[in-house]
Amino acid sequence: MRFGKLASALALTLVAVTAAACGGGDDDANAPKKLVYWASNQGTSLDHDKEVLQPQLDAFEKQTGIEVQLEVIGWPDLLNRILAATTSGAGPDVLNIGNTWSASLQATGALLPFDDATLERIGGKGRFLGPSLAATGAEGQPPAAVPLYGQAYGLYYNKKLFKEAGIERPPATWEELIETGKKLTKDGQWGLTLQAGQVTENAHYASILGAQHGAEFFAADGKPQLASDQAVAALQQYVDLMQKHKIVNPSNAEYTDTAKSLKDVADGKAAMFMNQAAAGSFELAGMNMDDLGVAPIPLPANPPAGHRKVTSFVAGINLAVFENSKNREGALEFVKFLTSTPAQVELNKTYGSLPVVNDAYSDPAFQGADVKVFQDTLSNTAEPMPQVPQESQFETLVGTAMKEMFADVAAGKPVDPASIKSKLVQADEQLAAGS
Amino acid sequence: MSEPRWVSWARRLVLGFLVLFTVLPLYAMLASSLKPLSDVQGDWHWLPTNLTFEPFIEIWSTIPLAKYFVNSLIVSGTATVLSVTIAIFAAYAVSRFEFRGKNLFSITVLSTQMFPGILFLLPLFLIFVNIGNATGIVLYGSRLGLIITYLTFSLPFAIWMLAGYFASIPKELDEAAKVDGCGPLGALIRIVIPASTPGIVAVAIYAFMTAWGEVLFASVMTDSDTRTLAVGLQEYSTQVDVYWNQVMAASLVVSVPVVAGFLLLQRYLVAGLTAGAVK
Amino acid sequence: MTTLTKPAPAPAPPGPGKSARARVWRGMSLPYLLLLPAVVLELLIHLVPMLVGIGMSFLKLTQFYIRNWAEAPVAGLDNYRFVLDFNAAAGRALMSSFWVTVQYTVASVALAWLLGTAGAVLMQREFRGRGGLRTLFLVPYALPMYAAVITWAFMFQRDTGMVNSILGDTLGLVGTGGDAPFWLIGDNSFWSLVIVSVWRNWPFAFLIIMAGLQNIPRDLYEAAAIDGAGWWRQFRSVTQPMLRPVNQVLFLVLFLWTFNDFNTPYVLFGESAPKEASLISIHIYQSSFKTWNFGLGSAMSVLLLLFLLLVTAVYLAVTSRRRTVV
Repeated sequence: MRFGKLASALALTLVAVTAAACGGGDDDANAPKKLVYWASNQGTSLDHDKEVLQPQLDAFEKQTGIEVQLEVIGWPDLLNRILAATTSGAGPDVLNIGNTWSASLQATGALLPFDDATLERIGGKGRFLGPSLAATGAEGQPPAAVPLYGQAYGLYYNKKLFKEAGIERPPATWEELIETGKKLTKDGQWGLTLQAGQVTENAHYASILGAQHGAEFFAADGKPQLASDQAVAALQQYVDLMQKHKIVNPSNAEYTDTAKSLKDVADGKAAMFMNQAAAGSFELAGMNMDDLGVAPIPLPANPPAGHRKVTSFVAGINLAVFENSKNREGALEFVKFLTSTPAQVELNKTYGSLPVVNDAYSDPAFQGADVKVFQDTLSNTAEPMPQVPQESQFETLVGTAMKEMFADVAAGKPVDPASIKSKLVQADEQLAAGS
Repeated sequence: MSEPRWVSWARRLVLGFLVLFTVLPLYAMLASSLKPLSDVQGDWHWLPTNLTFEPFIEIWSTIPLAKYFVNSLIVSGTATVLSVTIAIFAAYAVSRFEFRGKNLFSITVLSTQMFPGILFLLPLFLIFVNIGNATGIVLYGSRLGLIITYLTFSLPFAIWMLAGYFASIPKELDEAAKVDGCGPLGALIRIVIPASTPGIVAVAIYAFMTAWGEVLFASVMTDSDTRTLAVGLQEYSTQVDVYWNQVMAASLVVSVPVVAGFLLLQRYLVAGLTAGAVK
Repeated sequence: MTTLTKPAPAPAPPGPGKSARARVWRGMSLPYLLLLPAVVLELLIHLVPMLVGIGMSFLKLTQFYIRNWAEAPVAGLDNYRFVLDFNAAAGRALMSSFWVTVQYTVASVALAWLLGTAGAVLMQREFRGRGGLRTLFLVPYALPMYAAVITWAFMFQRDTGMVNSILGDTLGLVGTGGDAPFWLIGDNSFWSLVIVSVWRNWPFAFLIIMAGLQNIPRDLYEAAAIDGAGWWRQFRSVTQPMLRPVNQVLFLVLFLWTFNDFNTPYVLFGESAPKEASLISIHIYQSSFKTWNFGLGSAMSVLLLLFLLLVTAVYLAVTSRRRTVV
């Protein structure tokens, strides 16, 4: 019987261990003096994020007596965690969302609407940067979130390579970009690098270039219309950077993360890269920061009819309050705190992002030439991604279609307007039917 | 058993190929874990030009690797013990008794392996949350929830294998035990379990590996305190960068104890599967 | 649990009347008691969610309703009609990913089995270093899945990967530089996926078959040798038939794992796999988790379940019959 005794002892121990090990998920998490905050990954690691945020949380606790339990969630998990929280109602009080998700999440009703009274409660609408506030949910409805970190896209370029090739200034039009790119493309060096294998990035450029061509991916009533001639022209232009003008290394078709493109620029393998503000990442990739310049993303020299002057989408992170929060007052207080001028200055300075409240821009940290480029873009020439519930489907379908186009180019198969159109029609059909 | 010459040549050829096939990725891991990040991102070089052990130090601070490792050990270990215990009882019932519903049981258990995990993830999650709300037993976000989920993942195959194994143990031995005054459970514990230790070890390893590697459910059902390694390793790829060298260093570090344990038990595994599978 | 693991209660003293009846009752219910924990857990974790999943497939369960399922409108068979409409984009996409999955499963299972068998059979005979090799071959099985697959993704990179370095620079089998092949996009991505899957699964096949081989009585080979059977004849007439029961289990397990494989393509290619390697599980993920349309995803999953049930039933019927004949 020794085995039997052993087994039961073992089982008992295990039960004890399991019970002891399962302390997570305190029941009193929603007590008035506590808040649970889910933050997305912004820094160089989840730990880095905790280091950055903790002093702010401490300051908040000192000010209000409310303790904030922070959980930093990596991007691969974030949407699934939010989904789980939404379906079950068991979630945090306050959470970060990618601002492009706003309308999708708004449709679920899981997020507290920021109607005028609520916005007033956190200091009023007027404090926020207009474009960022426009990327917080469907038009005609109260925002589902408020902006937290602002971002815009720009054209990074390697000053040293430009100088060597005798190029004076960064390109302002696509025609110039192609010309410049051709000059800079030679052995082992390419004019431009693209994250052509990255679904969401592709979708972002579809949106930016689409606007420049006058495309509207969704009609006013919310119906998708992905396969317009303008959209086809926009995608053709983007794909042709690799296909026709050959200023992009075909290898970029498999680039699924920013790091590879950053590395190419840092190593002098590519001269230009369009991305959101990423000085810190460039530094990490080994870039000589004196050589790094940034300019707005180009516009067409001869804009087609109906074009919009857009050089970026309104990128960034929004802050939302969970409708099920049992401590709504505290949650709003926390939102007010994180969007206050001092917190905005501090956090955006550390992350290299842009403040979303106007007052913060007077801080010396945001006076540099590079920051001004991004700030100007965000304030004046950025358009939100479509604020419709199917936005994430839109990104997935269009981004994947573009990834396939680049894969075709890399394999030497031609990508022409007809094939682009057929891919977009297919995406359109899936989008329309799925909703 | 004499063998023609071509067989020994085939042996060299095939085993040589298998060694290369197995070793190349392992070598890529090792070599990359000894390079600085910028070298890893650049062109592939067989030998590290700037040899460094930094990644092996950095892995512990970039993510809470030690915590994830402990979580994984607790979750996989407990799930394994429970799965094996439950499978032993079920397999004993299937192999030693005739009862109504036996076929139904077998078919149902097998069919659970066919539904894509992606889909019952969401309903399962809801069930967990509701159980939590109704009874106060925290399943969502806790190790307990993950443990019982994982144990059911390995349960069907575990029952199947053990039933086969038990069936190969002569029933006369049970009868002898019963004559000695043991009940059926006594026979199980005194005769069947000791006689099939190797098979049980085999099933345990299988159950452990099933829990050890699972990603999808862990990504939704854990929080920062209970996250397991399989999911946690992904955190080396952040918003900003993919720390290839650290991913690989961490993978090597966490695999060492598992591989070691695996090797210690390998002997049993080999003997165990034999009798189990060859019903 | 604890009560069950405790030593069995002493059997009731043999005697007439009540206790005998109790024993009979216990004898009847004992198997059910033994199955109880397994049944309860399978019900809780698999069957109930599975039934809920089947129920979901009849609802229009989009993001507008996931907070409150009770309000989701009934879709009837709409979801099924939608995914099975092969004239429309969604149906065609499902069909194409289904075929990719079938091809992937056949290739991956066949190769894993072939390598496993070859390795095991050729290591049947004692030779120096056999233990070491066996150890080495099992390492891929013990590595965390994410680590293993991400390493392959790393090796498959076109410009900086080890695979092109070996095939192009060292062996000169493929182009280099601008002519180097892609492995993570385009046609080759299918084979990349198969290779990674085989790398992770063949050790399992190897292990099972090696175990099966050890159970074959030596005298069968001796008898065959006396009959004048050569190595190949012995393999055909002794090894193969004796391995049949092992293979029956092995094939089914590998088939189910591979067919439902989600992790390998997901880690290898990121959130969107190239269409040449877009497995059905990825497709379902994209159409449910990415888009939060769970009615649609459930309908696809139910169809998948039906297909796998059918295949398994036919497979078991065929292999079991053959087994009794042998």
